[in-house]
Amino acid sequence: MRTRFIVDKSVGYFLMLMALTSILAVFLIGFFTLREGLPAISEIGLGRLLTGSVWRPGLEEFGLVPMIAGSVLVTIGAAILGVPLAIGCAVFLAEIAPRWMSNIVRPAVELLAGIPSVVYGLFGMVVLVPLARKVPVAGNSGFGLLAASAVLAVMILPTITNISEYAIRLVPREYREGSLALGTTRWQTITRVILPSARSGIVAAIILGIGRALGETIAMIMVIGNSVIIPRPLNANPLTIFLSQARTLTGNIAVEINYATGIHESALFATGVILFVLIMLINSSARAIMRERTR
Amino acid sequence: MHKITAASILKAAVFTAALALVPLKSAGADTEITLFGSTTVQPLAEKLGEAFEALHSDIMVTVGGGGSSVGVKAAGEGTADIGMASREVKESEFQEFPGIVVHTIARDGIAIVAHPGVSVSNLTVEQVRQIFSGEISNWSGVGGPNQVIVVIAREEGSGTRAAFEELVMDEALITSGAILLPSNGAVRTSVSTTPNSIAFLSFGYLDPSVRGLSIEGIEPSVSNAKTGIYPVVRPLNMITPGPAGGAAARFLEFIMSPDGQAIVSSEGYISVI
Amino acid sequence: MNAPGSGRSNLGSRRLMQRIAFSLVWAAGSLSVLILLIVVGYIVAKGLSSITWQFITTPPRGGISGEGGISTTIVATLYLVVLTVGIATPLGVGAGIYLVEYAEAMARKSRIIRAVVSTARFGVETLAGVPSIIFGLFGYALFVSSMHLGFSLLAAGLAGACLILPVVIRTTEEALKAVPVSYRNGSLALGATRWQTTQKVVLPAAIPGIMTGIVLSVGRIVSETAIFYVTLGGSYRMPTSLLSGGRTMALHVYYLAMETRAFDKAMGTAAILVISIIIINAVINLFSRKLSARIGA
Repeated sequence: MRTRFIVDKSVGYFLMLMALTSILAVFLIGFFTLREGLPAISEIGLGRLLTGSVWRPGLEEFGLVPMIAGSVLVTIGAAILGVPLAIGCAVFLAEIAPRWMSNIVRPAVELLAGIPSVVYGLFGMVVLVPLARKVPVAGNSGFGLLAASAVLAVMILPTITNISEYAIRLVPREYREGSLALGTTRWQTITRVILPSARSGIVAAIILGIGRALGETIAMIMVIGNSVIIPRPLNANPLTIFLSQARTLTGNIAVEINYATGIHESALFATGVILFVLIMLINSSARAIMRERTR
Repeated sequence: MHKITAASILKAAVFTAALALVPLKSAGADTEITLFGSTTVQPLAEKLGEAFEALHSDIMVTVGGGGSSVGVKAAGEGTADIGMASREVKESEFQEFPGIVVHTIARDGIAIVAHPGVSVSNLTVEQVRQIFSGEISNWSGVGGPNQVIVVIAREEGSGTRAAFEELVMDEALITSGAILLPSNGAVRTSVSTTPNSIAFLSFGYLDPSVRGLSIEGIEPSVSNAKTGIYPVVRPLNMITPGPAGGAAARFLEFIMSPDGQAIVSSEGYISVI
Repeated sequence: MNAPGSGRSNLGSRRLMQRIAFSLVWAAGSLSVLILLIVVGYIVAKGLSSITWQFITTPPRGGISGEGGISTTIVATLYLVVLTVGIATPLGVGAGIYLVEYAEAMARKSRIIRAVVSTARFGVETLAGVPSIIFGLFGYALFVSSMHLGFSLLAAGLAGACLILPVVIRTTEEALKAVPVSYRNGSLALGATRWQTTQKVVLPAAIPGIMTGIVLSVGRIVSETAIFYVTLGGSYRMPTSLLSGGRTMALHVYYLAMETRAFDKAMGTAAILVISIIIINAVINLFSRKLSARIGA
């Protein structure tokens, strides 16, 4: 009789240890990435890493500005292309789609999330890069922000759609009914009542999508060109900046890690540390927004 | 399904984990030779490994990538039986790993290639340097049509890039506007599909999908490289932690034999005997 | 909110507005399906011609010409799936059980347990957001280099387990939360301990949900590239031990596309990969339908 209570108690402690493995993993990841990156951070200096605009490991120049610019621009591009589509999808699934249609769209969105990034990369390389090359601007190689943003837009769509749909569904029924009873159309109800009350959830969804975009690696190195330059417009039209090649923070790590030694390798780990911190900040701000909303 | 309990889940999990642990003890072949390193040497080593295994069924040759620096490090630290590098071993690496032994198993020419649509067919070394450093950015600068040159190169740290820089670029730097790709295959695919592009490529990867440009009037071919008139040639090295012994020594012996060197030639590299 | 109450005349324009807006939203929904069809259709159409029984059952060979099939990459993928799931499942399910069944009941009483719970939640949420290349870097630094496991299944499996751990924990939590409280109360009232209740009553009801998480993890591992690119070495030989390197199917697609002339084979491997993911998703849907049927009953 007593043993089962002892079992109960010890199982409880055992399970508690298991629950703490995730934080242990986070700690180890942070610790080892930082430990390997520390020589570069102390030798080069965090300031020079973050503000240097030249990355030439052969000459011991380690400036991450081109990669930060590349990551930011490709994410902006993906957001411009992907966010309206993803939120449209969410509104469609939550408010408008007839059952038969949502039975098609929802699994499709889930499957988009499941497709391996290397497959998106392959598709981008074979289909989107030649397509982007068709834009008649001198110096346009096809590899670059446009093709990469298009690939990323599709990759972040499921994240944004799922979380936004969930947020929209959390809006109490009475809001809808009250609004409709006042004689508004369904569309007016959606834009003036439902979307504003789901706003923080949707914002969180977009932020999480951005976090996802910043972390993508393999598909990016296959289509973005990986040039170490701060992207700038190819001619007088500022939009041609999206035809420029670029390199992302993730791509910087993946392209060079296999060849790097010494301080170069350490600088790549430092890139990882910066990426890790950036994404932690982004995700925790998304969570803070979501929490505020449930309060 | 009804009878599934927590205990049986845990048991199943432990069982699957145990299943995965089984192969730790039973290796398939008696002896395994592991190679890591240069992605340029990797495919050649795989071919050589297949031929070697056909002769010695008790030995298995496992070839991984990682890059030239990883290859030197893996041999130096003894985590691989043989490391591969597509460049000379650096002085600093010899200092870090004084025991390592370098075996040059083949040599490789580095060809300057362009998209098949490019009309220019010959460049001087000086022109190549100016194109890759960004000094000349239009094909008209080297007698071609008025089109912007798309420069494609390998990433910093690549053995092919290091060799190209040393043999061609002198002190000049490759333009930061260059598209950088992480492998010879990717470079070739991109050159073959990107109009007005130029790149440098290992001889082993030359095929009709890209146009090999002559340097100072000399075509990039194995025979020209062998006679020494083609100017851009580098060694492909295998590195052992110390003097080679056991299965690794037999593998290296095979590579240096006429049969092994025949494979080197048929893969488009320059044999060393 | 100025529209309600205004005259009949603007009703027409409001209706027109709605019609335009709705067709745009319909277009968004349909476009997502269309994109999927284009991507999957293109890959499968291009890849189908190279998929034969022989392609699936022979090992890759031939260096840069990319000859042969993909048998060893399938085996390496399966090994890695078994390894990662074998590591992450006991830990993740255990953690999920603790968070739902133990901590929530006791958090009210103990400040320490509340701290444990919020730390663990923070860990799970952070881990879920870490980009896979960071798992790769970490795996390379700790398992490949520091622990001298080399480029190996074991090193890659340990790094990969970190990727799926949050997936398993979250789905386990969801599955446990979906079990009605009355089940637990009934069992506890009969004098069973919390562990007995969990083991005999709650877990059996939550199995389909937990299985969903495991299958989801399988999908994540099958499609992962970045982690294994830096920890697995990329040899296409049959792995003979936990310390052998290897090449998963996804990695093989990358190598074929980036290093060889065999684009058709890259497409073929990608097609098989996509088809496996479709099957995995179908299995997940099956489980979740089973789950909702059970909860409904």
